[in-house]
Amino acid sequence: MKHYEVEILDAKTKDKLCFLDKVEPNATIGEIKSMFHRSHPQWYPARQSIRLDPKGKSLKDEDVLQHLPVGTTATFYFRDLGAQISWVTVFLTEYTGPLVIYLMFYFRVPFIYAPKYDFTTSKHWVVHLACMCHSFHYVKRLLETLFVHRFSHGTMPLRNIFKNCTYYWGFAAWMAYYINHPLYTPPIYGEQQIRIALIIFLFCQIGNFSIHIALRNLRPPGSKTRKIPYPTKNPFTWIFLLVSCPNYTYELGSWLGFTLMTQCLPVAFFTLVGFIQMTVWAKGKHRSYLKEFRDYPPLRSPILPFVL
Amino acid sequence: MASSEEDGAAEEKENNNKKRTKSALATAWLTFYNIAMTTGWLVLTLAMMRFYVEKGTHKGLYRSIARTLKFFQTFALVEVGHCAIGIVKTSVIVTGVQVCSRIFMVWFVTSSIRQIQNEESVILFLVVWTVTEITRYSYYTFNLLNHLPHFVKWARYNFFIVLYPLGVIGELLTIYAALPFVRRSGMYSMRLPNKYNVSFDYYYCLIIVMLSYIPLFPQLYFHMLRQRRKVLHGEVIVEKDD
Repeated sequence: MKHYEVEILDAKTKDKLCFLDKVEPNATIGEIKSMFHRSHPQWYPARQSIRLDPKGKSLKDEDVLQHLPVGTTATFYFRDLGAQISWVTVFLTEYTGPLVIYLMFYFRVPFIYAPKYDFTTSKHWVVHLACMCHSFHYVKRLLETLFVHRFSHGTMPLRNIFKNCTYYWGFAAWMAYYINHPLYTPPIYGEQQIRIALIIFLFCQIGNFSIHIALRNLRPPGSKTRKIPYPTKNPFTWIFLLVSCPNYTYELGSWLGFTLMTQCLPVAFFTLVGFIQMTVWAKGKHRSYLKEFRDYPPLRSPILPFVL
Repeated sequence: MASSEEDGAAEEKENNNKKRTKSALATAWLTFYNIAMTTGWLVLTLAMMRFYVEKGTHKGLYRSIARTLKFFQTFALVEVGHCAIGIVKTSVIVTGVQVCSRIFMVWFVTSSIRQIQNEESVILFLVVWTVTEITRYSYYTFNLLNHLPHFVKWARYNFFIVLYPLGVIGELLTIYAALPFVRRSGMYSMRLPNKYNVSFDYYYCLIIVMLSYIPLFPQLYFHMLRQRRKVLHGEVIVEKDD
């Protein structure tokens, strides 16, 4: 069996960082990353970007050496992706924050509102309902992170956790401050408004969960395969006929419900910002579906049926 | 076979023609825009000088030029559009931040809080802004006309070193002077309870704006310094070759 020689150069300086001889032809990029890690312990595999071209795309861990367009002496370029943190860790941290922070405002922990209100409870029942909904939403997200989601990437850059937590925790505090405020004004249309809002919220929570389960079932455990999602027996997944990323559609719906329930401008603002971000993500995902699958259903829109 | 090749070539020619027309159109518009803005800020400068010469004081000067200032400063918003559609190769965010901070000063501080319009700090930032803008817009104009006098280029990349910090001082002093009047009048503010369940205190908003100069100003300043090094440094190399 003919062995390969692999040399790894720095993508920016073109310095020779590592030379590996007697590499098996069927070695994967992942294995090469481990070998590189041994000679440079500060660059663990998750922060290595290995590419054929200094400015090209990163090669995947699953790519096999002999199937790449390289000679028996292969030259790869390395880029440091920076300190990495696992997706699971980021999700757990960014979702636990809002859960805890909202409850602190709900229970009117001292130093938030005037001292005479410390540890009092709101006289409006919608405030209690809102707390339950908000808490339920984030508990659901935590459980999904632990038991449902199957992540394509193991890690993301470390600075993301600061950015993401600022967003989630900051907005949670801003919303919770007003909803649990002693001078909170309940919805104008009273019980009717709250009931409709609750129905929308619950419907979309179940919908969002159904989509997450459907997406999980597309992918066997431990794999990173990508398939076109289709409607299943669960009616909440039938929206796949019209939309590529119904999880975002349902998420938008949930927050619209919560906005209606609380009639709070900061909540509306949070819903809007989230919607903008999810639309960007949905459009990207829709585009990659179209690129990867020739037979992708043409009727589907990224996030809003027929509209967006 | 041959006819489809011709069709392909004809289509490519048509696309190239479209691109050329678009860039000719863009250049024409940008030239017009920059000449107009240079003129506008020149007019402002002349109005300011005339007022001071005639009245001998700066009191009432802001009021006299407020409308012209509002017009030309607000119109600068189109520059964000220029970056967004790509006819100007600058970052949308950098341009956006700069134009928004100017618009904020004009509309939400100086024009709306009458009691501070006669402050000296207002004159300070007005002078800084007029010199900066005349230099900048005439630089762009000459550049587009491919006839850039050395002095204009020198001014554009050196004046800011002093003008930027002076402008910041003028702006910050003005906002600081406005604070007590904002607090007393409660302008632009919303208190609880209300049906939107939100509150907004313009007084604290202004304080946050002042604090935001701390991270933002160095970034913009160093961006300009880097641009300066790139543009003037390139010039040095050419001279060496000669």
